[in-house]
Amino acid sequence: MTINPNAKLPEDESGTIVFSTDPLVIKYHYEIDYIHSYAQDSEFFRALGKHKLMGSKCKKCGYVYATPRAHCMMCGSETEWYELPLKGKVHTFTTCYFSGEEFLNETPFNLIMVEFEGVNSLFMSRLIGADTEDIYIGMPVKAKFRRNQKMNVTDVYFVPDVDK
Amino acid sequence: MKSKGRDVYMVAGGVTKFSKASPDMDFRLRVKKAFDYAMNDAGLTLADIDGSVASYFSDHFQRQLMAGIMVQDYLGLVPKPSKRIEGGGATGGLAFQAGYEEIASGRMDAVVVYGFETMSHVNTWKGNEFIALASDTNFDYPIGGFYTGYYAMMAVRHMHEFGTTVEQMAKVSVKNHGNAIHNPYAQSPMKITVEDVRKAPMVSYPLTRLDVCAMSDGAAVAILASEDKAFEITDHPVLVKAIGTGTDTMRLSDRPFGEVPLLPNESPSDYKGLKYPGVHSFRAGRMAAKEAYEKAEITDPINDLDLIELHDAYTSSEIQTYEDLGLCKYGEGGQFIDEGKPELKGKIPVNPSGGLLAAGHPVGATGIMQAVFMFWQLQHTIKKHFHDDYLQVPNAKRGLIHSHAGTGTYVTVTIMEAVK
Repeated sequence: MTINPNAKLPEDESGTIVFSTDPLVIKYHYEIDYIHSYAQDSEFFRALGKHKLMGSKCKKCGYVYATPRAHCMMCGSETEWYELPLKGKVHTFTTCYFSGEEFLNETPFNLIMVEFEGVNSLFMSRLIGADTEDIYIGMPVKAKFRRNQKMNVTDVYFVPDVDK
Repeated sequence: MKSKGRDVYMVAGGVTKFSKASPDMDFRLRVKKAFDYAMNDAGLTLADIDGSVASYFSDHFQRQLMAGIMVQDYLGLVPKPSKRIEGGGATGGLAFQAGYEEIASGRMDAVVVYGFETMSHVNTWKGNEFIALASDTNFDYPIGGFYTGYYAMMAVRHMHEFGTTVEQMAKVSVKNHGNAIHNPYAQSPMKITVEDVRKAPMVSYPLTRLDVCAMSDGAAVAILASEDKAFEITDHPVLVKAIGTGTDTMRLSDRPFGEVPLLPNESPSDYKGLKYPGVHSFRAGRMAAKEAYEKAEITDPINDLDLIELHDAYTSSEIQTYEDLGLCKYGEGGQFIDEGKPELKGKIPVNPSGGLLAAGHPVGATGIMQAVFMFWQLQHTIKKHFHDDYLQVPNAKRGLIHSHAGTGTYVTVTIMEAVK
C-alpha cells in the first residue's frame, strides 16, 4: 500500500533571500567544481614548477609561439616544445582597477604582454614590483615563479629586470 | 564563381529601451515587445514568417540553457525552423547574417532574427567574469583577465604605435553619449566633456568608466525577406547589399606581426614597416570589411558610405575600427575624430544612435539593434520611431553595420542600402 493522501514534504529553515516583491526577485546560488584537463598543454603547467617557460615551435615552418599550441596556426603542422627565455620586454601594459569578481581583491594589478627575442608571438602575464608610471613599452622584465604551485598560469609572473 | 544567392531585404525592426536592469520583464517578454513593434510596423502576421534565428551570448547570464526555444514558443513561432547563433560580442551581427543566409539560400522568404541579453541577473563584477570566460580560460582569464584590461593593452599599443591620445579617445565618448540624447531607446544619454571622461574613475589604464560601455538588459528584432515578399510587405524595404565576416586568434598574444590586407583605396607604401595586426589593430574587422566591400563594389569607403553603426564597446576600439574599415589609414584614427569626421554633422556620421557606449550593449541584441537603427535611417523614418528627427542623417542611402567579438575574434560587416 503506497497511496497516502496525507503525504507531506518535510519543512526546513533554509529560506530564500528576497530582493524585491514586485516583481518578485530572489537570490539563486549556483556553483560548480570542474574536472579540468590541460590535456596536450599539460607540460607547460608542469614546467612552471621547474621554473621553465615552455612555448611551441613548428617542426615544419619554424614559427615560434610564446604559448603552447600542439599544431601550428600558420601551416597546420605539429609543433615541438620550445624553452622560452626568462627575460623579455614589455610589448604593452595596463593597470586594472576593476576586474571580474574572482580578482577584485587583487586590484589594482598590472597586466603586460611580453615579447621575447627570437619568438614570433607574445605572452600575457602579471607584472609586479612596478607602478603604472614606472612601466613603459620596451621595459626589460624577467619571469619569476611561485614556490607553491597553484597549477595555473599564475605560477609565472614578471618583475622589472634591473640587471641590465 | 561563388553564387551570390537571392537578394535579401530588411522589412521591419523593433528595439526595447535598453537599461541597466528591467526586472519587470523576462527575456521572452522583452523580445515579444520588440517583435510586436516590428510585426505591427510592417503589418505582418505570424503566418508570414517562415522561421527564425535566435541571438544571445551567454548561458551564464540567462541562467537558462535553450533560452532560444523559450522565446520561439513565447512568440508563437513553434513548430517553425529556428536555430541559435552565438559568437561573443558579435552574436547579433552573426545572427543577422545567418538570417540573411536563410533568405539568400532560398530556404525562407521571411525570417525573424531576434536577439536578447539580460545582464542584470548578476552584478557588474560577476558580469565581467562571465564575459572574461569568453577569453582563453587556461592562459588569459586566470591572470585577472577582464575585457577592459585586454582592450586597455591594445589602446596603449595603439598610442605607442601611432601617437593616439586619451583625449582623442574621450572625444568618441563625448560624441556617442551626446548623440544618444536624441535616441529614446538609449541607456546612457549624456552631455559630457573630454575632461569629464578623463576625470571619471579609472577602470583599466588608460580607459576610464566613460571610455567603456555598460551592462544592459535589452532585446532587438529584425525581419528579413526575399525581394518578392519584401515588396509585398512594404514599399520601403532596405536592401542588405553584402555581408563580410573575419576572424582572429582567441589569445591576443597569438596575433601575428605581418602585412596589412589592403583595401582598394590603399597601397603597400602606406604601411611600410608596420607590423600587422600585432595588438594594435583588428585583422578580423579588416577582413570583414574587405569581403563586404568587394561584394558591394565599394572602393572608397568614406565616400561610398553615408553612415556607420559600429561596435564601440570601448572608445579606443571605435578609433581602431575607423582604420580597420578604411575610413582613414591605419594610424590616422585619432586625427579622424579630431577633425570631426565621424560627428553627426561630419563627413560620415559614426554611431548616430549613440552606439554601445551610450545606447547600451545587451550582447545578443546589440548587433540587431544596429541593423534596426540603420534600417530606420535608410528608410528615413527616424522621426517616426524616435519622435525626434535630430539624428536622421539627411540623404542616407548606404550604411555599414559592424559587430565585434572578443578582442576582435569574430567581426561582421554588413552593408545596407536604401532602395529609393
